[in-house]
Amino acid sequence: MKFFVRRGIFYLITLWAAVTINFVIPRLMPGDPVKAIMARSQGKLDSSAEAAIRTLFGLDTDTSVFQQYLDYWGLLLHGNLGTSFMFGVPVVDIIRQALPWTIGLVGIATIISFVVGTLIGTGIGWRRGTWADNLLPISTFFSAVPYFWLGLLCVSLFSVTLQWFPSNGSYDRALIPHLDMEFISSVLYYGMLPALTIVISSVAGWILGMRNMMVTVSSEDYVTVAQAKGLAERKVLFGYAARNAILPQVSSFALSLGFIVGGTLVMEMVFSYQGIGYVLYQAVSTYDYPLMQGCFLIITIAVLLANLVADVAYAFLDPRTRQEG
Amino acid sequence: MAAVESTVLETTPPDVVPQTTSAPGARRRLLFLRNAKALTGLSMLGFFGVIAIIGPWIAPYDPSAMSDALLQPPSAEHWLGTTHTGQDVLSQIIVGTRGVLVVGLISGVLATLIGMLVGVTAGFVGGVGDETLSALSNVFLVIPQLPLIIIIAAQVPGAGGVTVAFIIAITGWAWGARVLRAQTLSLRRRDFVEAARANGERTFRIIFAEIMPNLTAIIAAGFVGTVTFAVLSQITLAFLGVTPISEWNWGTILFWAQNNLALQRGAWWWFVPAGLCIAALGMALTLINFGIDEFVNPRLRSTGLKARELKRRGIRPRIGFTPVVDEPHGEPADEPAGQPADDRPGDAGAGSAAPLAAAPMTKEGGR
Repeated sequence: MKFFVRRGIFYLITLWAAVTINFVIPRLMPGDPVKAIMARSQGKLDSSAEAAIRTLFGLDTDTSVFQQYLDYWGLLLHGNLGTSFMFGVPVVDIIRQALPWTIGLVGIATIISFVVGTLIGTGIGWRRGTWADNLLPISTFFSAVPYFWLGLLCVSLFSVTLQWFPSNGSYDRALIPHLDMEFISSVLYYGMLPALTIVISSVAGWILGMRNMMVTVSSEDYVTVAQAKGLAERKVLFGYAARNAILPQVSSFALSLGFIVGGTLVMEMVFSYQGIGYVLYQAVSTYDYPLMQGCFLIITIAVLLANLVADVAYAFLDPRTRQEG
Repeated sequence: MAAVESTVLETTPPDVVPQTTSAPGARRRLLFLRNAKALTGLSMLGFFGVIAIIGPWIAPYDPSAMSDALLQPPSAEHWLGTTHTGQDVLSQIIVGTRGVLVVGLISGVLATLIGMLVGVTAGFVGGVGDETLSALSNVFLVIPQLPLIIIIAAQVPGAGGVTVAFIIAITGWAWGARVLRAQTLSLRRRDFVEAARANGERTFRIIFAEIMPNLTAIIAAGFVGTVTFAVLSQITLAFLGVTPISEWNWGTILFWAQNNLALQRGAWWWFVPAGLCIAALGMALTLINFGIDEFVNPRLRSTGLKARELKRRGIRPRIGFTPVVDEPHGEPADEPAGQPADDRPGDAGAGSAAPLAAAPMTKEGGR
């Protein structure tokens, strides 16, 4: 229980830090940030947007920074993230539409990638010194390229050249979003390529991590003992070696979620997949600051929740955490 | 006589600190260079370094100059073809190398410095200071970095190369800090540090003369990992058009390719080479990191080395094996900074955030 209380407090601190960063950044900008933004947008923003930015950045009021900070929290706690410049609707509504798509695509693809990568890594780490070691250089290559470039390659190969999959979008535009077989299969069909790309590009890291942990763990005494007393190979592999090697893998999963989510969000931009990443991309290219900040907050909260789930999984896998008290 | 002996005993402990004597140190450096992975990585990195320095002089064309050769596939005049406005892709890549490396280097150095400061301080002082500093670095680890970098860079007026390097550094130092803290924590109670402390050495000297030398490999690995992260982040920012699209780097090339339908037009020469360069640079850095990892953790080193021989003799290298490099140069018995992997089961139950120290170092490059 103590473990969860500690983690809970930590996530609250992180959330507070993310909100504060969101509040502070616009106010730290040198000079008159609004003028600079107007200049950068090159005419994409009109003068009414200028007033809105001033309100957002707290430049139009005489209230103290502390009062502004309290007001900002007040707005957030009422679920008010401001109004998007570009769409003219509340940011919350845009995010509410985009979020399920991201959770569906990025969430499922990341979990598949983690499970597959961990299994392959277990195999390679167990049977080191065989052909399986040849997978290492390949996975090195995949961990060295940016996700979005693999996305570009996949689009070019599978949708432009081979025309197996559509190159962008998340479902057939001719269909009306509705929970029937036709729509669902369309969603699955359109999501296949982005999901495949995410799995291909992120699986290498899990393979490497698990392989290295397996190499370390399989030299431990308890594994030798298990083998020596004649347990079946499968039991030694999964019950003794992999069982312990997966612990750092899970906590590393929690810690690298931030990295992975960042990379996969860019993937949405490549595929014009209507999730949070694509909204963030649109917000950045149209200088839509409220939308940008809203996206950042939601992404952070989502990552924190995923971390919490990983913590529960960790406590489930490692009895020592539960015994703490 | 007895008095002389006792003074000798008192003064020797700090002097017999492992790894500070010069002869094994030199041999160990040689060992690092003998590592094929590290050597390959360093030469690839060196190649890009040379291109970055002499790039503008050897580029066949002005990267921004337009010409009549629109969207041409690779040919004798344009080795990597041209863009939709007739710009030479090869020249763009050559000239863009400098931007990539400079940003990677600046943010790598800065982030490593911040990470060292936070990590070593946290590990060394312990107590409340440690709690605060590790909470700080965990916060920066958990907050998704790329979106954070994107929103900061999008709000900084005119965020060009160096500004982006700074932004990446202040958001990307946490990995290094975390690993360094774990290692400092385990070093802090070692005999040679205790001896130095008992000897009345100043804290400053203990940190810089006793602890820091034993962290070198981890600092180096952290630095290389951060550079990889910085390069990827910067290229992603350029690809999204967050940073000025007039500054050439590999991401900018991909930005123009994506926005001018290079994919749909089948102009592979426009976006494939830039990505391959990123991959080559990333692989160079990852290989260097592997070299450092294997150098620090002999288990990883020897498994690859002996695999073929074991196979020939029909031995399946799996359980209970701690194969040791049996060549005269290797001295695996006293590898620096005792592998953190060994300490893991011990601190796993401490209820700390996550009981891992060494494993993520290879992961880091994987982003």
